[in-house]
Amino acid sequence: MGCMLMSTTVIERNNAEKGNFSQMKQHSGEAAKISVTDLNLFYGEKQALYNVSLGIQEKKVTALIGPSGCGKSTFLRTLNRMNDLIDGVKITGDIVVDSENIYQSNDVIKLRTKVGMVFQKPNLFPMSIYDNVAYGPRMQGIKNKKELNKIVEESLRGAAIWDEVKDRLKTSALGLSGGQQQRVCIARAIAMKPEIILMDEPTSALDPISTLKVEELITHMKKDYTIVIVTHNMQQAARVSDKTAFFLNGEIIEYDETDHIFSMPQDQRTKDYVTGRFG
Amino acid sequence: MPSPLTEKQTLEIGKSNKRKYMLEKLSARIFLLCALLSVLSLLLIVGFVFYKGSHPFVAEGYSFIDFVFGVDWVPSEGKFGIFPMIVASVFATFGALIIGVPIGLFTAIFLAEIAPKSIAKIISPAVQLLAGIPSVLYGVFGLAIIVPFLQNNLGLAKGQSLLAIILVLAIMMLPTIVTVAETAIRAVPKTYREGSLALGASQIGTIFKVVVPAAKSGIMAAIVLGLGRAIGETMAVILVAGNSLIIPTSLTDSVRPLTTNIALEMGYAFGTHQEMLFATGIVLFSFILLLNFVLAKISSKGGN
Repeated sequence: MGCMLMSTTVIERNNAEKGNFSQMKQHSGEAAKISVTDLNLFYGEKQALYNVSLGIQEKKVTALIGPSGCGKSTFLRTLNRMNDLIDGVKITGDIVVDSENIYQSNDVIKLRTKVGMVFQKPNLFPMSIYDNVAYGPRMQGIKNKKELNKIVEESLRGAAIWDEVKDRLKTSALGLSGGQQQRVCIARAIAMKPEIILMDEPTSALDPISTLKVEELITHMKKDYTIVIVTHNMQQAARVSDKTAFFLNGEIIEYDETDHIFSMPQDQRTKDYVTGRFG
Repeated sequence: MPSPLTEKQTLEIGKSNKRKYMLEKLSARIFLLCALLSVLSLLLIVGFVFYKGSHPFVAEGYSFIDFVFGVDWVPSEGKFGIFPMIVASVFATFGALIIGVPIGLFTAIFLAEIAPKSIAKIISPAVQLLAGIPSVLYGVFGLAIIVPFLQNNLGLAKGQSLLAIILVLAIMMLPTIVTVAETAIRAVPKTYREGSLALGASQIGTIFKVVVPAAKSGIMAAIVLGLGRAIGETMAVILVAGNSLIIPTSLTDSVRPLTTNIALEMGYAFGTHQEMLFATGIVLFSFILLLNFVLAKISSKGGN
């Protein structure tokens, strides 16, 4: 129990300056890259998230687990404001990334440059592998051929797929296998030089071997990036993540070190879920 | 527990089944007949036009080359050259494309990607209704509004001109282009948009770099269909063309496209003159056939 308190980042609001989270008190030594406070989200009348608060630590893998429809993907998408695309979404509460309240700034482009995302199904564009990876940097205005070449190579290396595709960079990305496509998607996200990468069930459409490769990649990537991953696969959460949040019906039931969530969950519902009794 | 069927019952079922099979076959035949009717109509029309239109070249010693490239059309003197009309048709059609395609494409993008539902709900039916307006009304509109407007503002002696045709055709092709392009754009998977936006691309950047390229084949089809609509249009064009038999050298020249030539003269033509009008039809038909061929190529490419 004590251990759990130690590791949970507690955020106190500075009342004098509402919305300014630069003066955060943290009871643990680690810095929170993302601090979420009292987040409520409504799809029209229907509430999907209830008072979600948690701190996501820098250069760690945080897994979000829970049964289908529990709000974990919805929560993930609040972190780079992808929910903005859906009509009738209302959000209250605060999400602070590096002391900037992302819902008070209107610069979603800057936010999404900093917070990259990898989706459930590989969603490469119908263009060449090179153009896919260079897409983001080009949108940023980088035109220099040499610079782009360098970014593409570094990104593909970073996603451990360079050796497999280096001879076919100019061929259509849609000719790759599902697992390769997903790693190119990761490379495409890396190319933006983000600090945070969100992954929405990145392996659910992949075969076991490709899944393993992506998991290895995630473990390898956490030295450079803060990673938040939604997964249905509890073994995956146990394998790749440092911290795990268990969502149920739009609420966080428990958030702790991954080891603790799986070995000695505090809440009966968490225990039932991780032992496979429901979900 | 159902009792086993008697012999009589089995016989009756067999009979009624036979009737069912007969009916089945009969319906299939009727459907086939209906389907063949359109093929038959096509063959009849094409056959008739080609038969009548080829007659002067086959039996009367006229040269087809002189027909296509001749610049004089004086039926009373036996001069039948349709080159000015071909030029007029091509200019009018491509002119209309230059104006109609960007407007139609931007409308389609607006409706599919940008417009809030409430606004799309007003614009979409309006565009579709535009397709339902009889073409003669477009002509009347052109004659009453566009022609005087051009006449007054450009200081022309006569507002009926190539430019007037281009404007009317551009409006007429809008619904075709908008509807087909909008469908193509909507068919682009949502995941592409999400992927692009998540990479920090703006909405407009996403539209032009990802969505439109992904919908390319559908958009090309929209353009070719619009082209077909423009090149075949007759009624509206007659009213605003001015129908002079010259090769246009400027947008303000009065011209006579192929369709107009047929419609204007068929009423009183006979003999070789009439056959030459059918031959004009052959040229027009060839253009449209070519377009369809291009369209088929494009859509089969889009399938991959």
